[in-house]
Amino acid sequence: MSTAELATPSPALPFWVMPVLKTVAVMGVIAAVIVVLVTSGIAPKGSWGHKILAAPFIEMREMPDLLVQTLWEGVVAGILYALIALGFVLIFKASGVFNFAQGIMVVFAALTLVGLYDTFARYGFSGTLAAYVALALTLGVMLMLAVSVERFVLRPLVNQPDIILFMATFGLARLLIGVGETIFGGSSKIMISDQLGLPKGAIDLAILGGRVTLQKIDIAAAVIATLMIIALAVFFQKTRIGRALRAVADSHKAALSVGISLNQIWIIVWFAAGVVALVTGIMWGARSDVSFGLETIALKALPVLILGGFTSVPGAIIGGLIIGVGEKLGEFYWGPLLGGAIETWLAYVIALGFLVFRPQGLFGDKIIERI
Amino acid sequence: MFYREAGQFKTDYAADMAVFPIRQDRIGIALILLMAFVGIPMFASDFILNSVMIPFLVFSLAAIGLNILTGYTGLISLGTGAFMGVGAYACYKMTTIFPGLNIIVCILLSGFFAAAVGALFGLPSLRIKGFYLAVATLAAQFFLQWCFVRIPWLYNYNQSGAIEVAQREVFGVIITGARATPEVRYYVLLSIVVLLTWIASNIIHGRFGRMWMAVRDMDIAAELMGIRMLPAKLLSFAVSSYYCGVAGACMMFLWYGGGEANDAFSINQSFNVLFMVIIGGLGSLIGAFFGAAFISGFPTFLKFGVPALGIPLGGATAEHVTQIVVGGLIIFFLIVEPHGLARLWQIGKQKLRTWPFPY
Amino acid sequence: MKNTKWMMGAAFGAVMAGMAIVPAAAQDSIYVPLLTYRTGAFSGSGVSIADGMHDYLRMLNERDGGIGGIKLNIEECETGYDTKKGVECYEATKGKGAVVYNPYSTGITLQIIPKAGVDKIPVLSMAYGLSASADGSVFPWVFNPPVTYWDGASVMIRHMAQQEGGLDKLKGKKLGLIHLDAPFGKEPIPVLESLAKKYGFEVKLYPIAAADMQNQGATWLNIRRDRPDYIYNQGWGSMNPTAVKEAIKNGFPIAKLVGVWWAGGDEDARAGGAEAKGYKSLNFHGSGASFPVIQDIIKHVSDKGFSKFPKERIGENLYNRGVYNAMLIAEGIRTAQQVTGKKVITGVEMREGLEAMNITAARLKEMGMEGFAEPVRVSCTDHNGHHKVFISEWDGTKYVKASDWMEPLKDEVRPLIEAAAKEYAEKNAGWPKRAEACAKAS
Repeated sequence: MSTAELATPSPALPFWVMPVLKTVAVMGVIAAVIVVLVTSGIAPKGSWGHKILAAPFIEMREMPDLLVQTLWEGVVAGILYALIALGFVLIFKASGVFNFAQGIMVVFAALTLVGLYDTFARYGFSGTLAAYVALALTLGVMLMLAVSVERFVLRPLVNQPDIILFMATFGLARLLIGVGETIFGGSSKIMISDQLGLPKGAIDLAILGGRVTLQKIDIAAAVIATLMIIALAVFFQKTRIGRALRAVADSHKAALSVGISLNQIWIIVWFAAGVVALVTGIMWGARSDVSFGLETIALKALPVLILGGFTSVPGAIIGGLIIGVGEKLGEFYWGPLLGGAIETWLAYVIALGFLVFRPQGLFGDKIIERI
Repeated sequence: MFYREAGQFKTDYAADMAVFPIRQDRIGIALILLMAFVGIPMFASDFILNSVMIPFLVFSLAAIGLNILTGYTGLISLGTGAFMGVGAYACYKMTTIFPGLNIIVCILLSGFFAAAVGALFGLPSLRIKGFYLAVATLAAQFFLQWCFVRIPWLYNYNQSGAIEVAQREVFGVIITGARATPEVRYYVLLSIVVLLTWIASNIIHGRFGRMWMAVRDMDIAAELMGIRMLPAKLLSFAVSSYYCGVAGACMMFLWYGGGEANDAFSINQSFNVLFMVIIGGLGSLIGAFFGAAFISGFPTFLKFGVPALGIPLGGATAEHVTQIVVGGLIIFFLIVEPHGLARLWQIGKQKLRTWPFPY
Repeated sequence: MKNTKWMMGAAFGAVMAGMAIVPAAAQDSIYVPLLTYRTGAFSGSGVSIADGMHDYLRMLNERDGGIGGIKLNIEECETGYDTKKGVECYEATKGKGAVVYNPYSTGITLQIIPKAGVDKIPVLSMAYGLSASADGSVFPWVFNPPVTYWDGASVMIRHMAQQEGGLDKLKGKKLGLIHLDAPFGKEPIPVLESLAKKYGFEVKLYPIAAADMQNQGATWLNIRRDRPDYIYNQGWGSMNPTAVKEAIKNGFPIAKLVGVWWAGGDEDARAGGAEAKGYKSLNFHGSGASFPVIQDIIKHVSDKGFSKFPKERIGENLYNRGVYNAMLIAEGIRTAQQVTGKKVITGVEMREGLEAMNITAARLKEMGMEGFAEPVRVSCTDHNGHHKVFISEWDGTKYVKASDWMEPLKDEVRPLIEAAAKEYAEKNAGWPKRAEACAKAS
């Protein structure tokens, strides 16, 4: 039988050092090749070679403020992608389910929050307190969702192949879309970011001979996402439940045999994924609006997932950053050469490039196959 | 009572290994074909043909294609929509470059372009497995979709940015275009589907099929037994994409009658076809048909059929109810029988065999 | 167990039979199917329009007892902005005696255009769909008044010229087009490029893929680098509020961001908060609830509880767009009744009615739409009219009229339309020649 097992970590170095070193080395080689190409005159100005290999880097040097801005945008997007990916990773680790419904959970959570707040506002109860009451109630709804998913979907389907559980989450997604649209209607809503006390406006930094604008909401998003990630990491590393979760991730049967309740763990991870979905919904909702269109955002987490590995929390974060920064740089510096909007597939191509060298993602469990 | 193989003796190996070893099955399939070729066009309205039967057949074809890859070879792909698109655009280009070419030949040839593209994007499958591969094929999906939108040559520089299907005739019968009757389009499509299903059944029951199944069950073991991974997996990608490509061409030319990539060949289509394969039953040809009927036909049936019964259900409410019911049923079916509708069908047949005395 | 199976089978059979039998068209009413979308990724914009259309037609039923004494049988069919579902809706409703279709998605319109002539039901794609279908001599069954996207783009150039002080001042200016990377979004490109050549300005394209509608960061950085003088936004759904927010974020002067009419939802601008003040969008009807016709809707429909739309939001821009669209449908029916002398009309008569449609200023006043809309007139060859458009501006809470009604550059647009229509007919081999005679009046 083939089993995927955790590789024994090499004792000398933390597990993440080698991949990072390798990445740095590869990028260094690429940079050296580009410098050689540009300085040696192999690619003259105006040629395609120059346009692809040299011009963007010259532009980066000439307009460092835009480079910094692009990197910042990439980092913010990356952290937000990482957040969505985290929702997938949590569930995948604990229950082996690739959760197709994560995107719709984002929409559902955000709509519930805004819908509850609107209901309060209609009865004259508005402002920050109302927003936080709505937030708490939304968390309650997500908990209920987690409990019912565990009870009605996961428990009857325990021990089924991954792909069947994946399919079940598709059913769940349809169900949530139907219920969400019935309750909240299809009109787009505005995220209650003011009421939640999320900052507005921007900080303009006059540096590097130009202007770099940092949106406060982006800073807040980055901070909140980072805090969430740290909190989840601590929760899963240090607490008893976290240890139980990791035990479940390693082997369902072994975990059951030492008395860990699978059902309880599943509820916890689905609830955690629900919380992540809510935070994602608030952040992306504040950046655009809250509508069913937000569902597509979840697709952005998929390249992050394959890059970072389905089972690794740090992988989701590093993967998110690589994808976020990579696609923004790509779109900004190379996109215009191809007519723009290459962001949609660039992320996947970046991820695919990494996968060819590491088929389990950067930080995924090493795949050991046995006959 | 009626469905029993008592008295049917197999006297040689070929008879024992036949696809339909039981006489009643053969009669059944003949009846279904008769129904499909004669009954349905005679009695069904335009709506049934256009919005139920034709989409069902198109998606069945796509689901057979993906089933070859996912169900028989064990490789998950989320690029189905894009491969269908390759077929559709290839067919479109062929009809404009060779206007005299028989449109049915065009449709059947267009699959080969999809097969080539599919094999190319299948290359990572040699290293990447499971869900990692699924997401890797998304690269194909998004890249190809971007190409469809961005390369105007593909849609003949049309102002509409979409495929516009011209009228084409074969032996004086209008087959494509707005004036082609649903009956004609249905017949053409049905013939293509029957032909390709028959071919698929033969491939699967032959050497290649067994090779793929060995790869599916355990690729390392298969490799040790002497199956070469490169040809096996790439061939699976190619054959699968051929079917998807033909399905895409049929979709554009026999069903939609024109359309554009963002709409017809989007990621949602890829997911839909994958779910058809799973709910229908992985590794089962009949499952592909069940899956297509359930995911494509059933929502239509709920949305328009239920109001036709007199239950007032209109507009957006019908859509909401459809979503909820379909979502719930998917979960229900998976709980009842995780191996898909095809497995339920098999169980049903097994029960029927012993009915009415199941002891 | 077995019984339930049989019953299910029987029910299924009954339903299939029910679907197979096309209900005979009721002879005392006019059947108007509305292809709307209240679900899916674009529902944010779709709901307002759906309700606007429904409420106006319902108001006619409640207030006047229909049109010409004939009640309208209004049925909504949900498309979810999805072509497959849209075509299903078309197939399901066409047999019930539908007089006109308003597909409300470019994809669905493109599907239905070739079918319209075969099924003899006209298509009214109000200011969307295929621009080329404005040519009535090639597309007798398709109507897209009052303007096309190409006219819209030309008005955008006019607006730029006005701001800069004349068309000759456009030389050296830079216009950015941020658009959905789909046929709908790419519509204005040929006109903008041809005008750019003529007036010497530069057009920069910023496509947004549908999957990245809410993720426009990199595009706006490009805009920041290229520093275009104006941006024209051909977007839809969540793309618009995101664009408004990103413009504010990146310090692009919001007053120089002009959206096509579909980028004129109240939610689109409201998302940007106070800083969105000054956001502009093209428009061809008034917004607000002050018009008598909107008051009638409130009185006869909303107050009686027939409307699904929140009363306080009635009068929003996209709601009024739905009202305007429904008015075109109703006037088409009314004209058809006058032209043909029949009370209960079919698609064939509806086509004649739409072609003879001439909504004068007097008629607008009669309908309580004075100042709401400009007169609309289509003719046998011109199925669009290329009517006037104005610029409306977001004042922080609502859209207000910010310019005079502006004539599109019809001389530039019309030849392009005719050429495109001709090309369409050529590429679609077997496209029928117009067989429908022009009415004497037009």
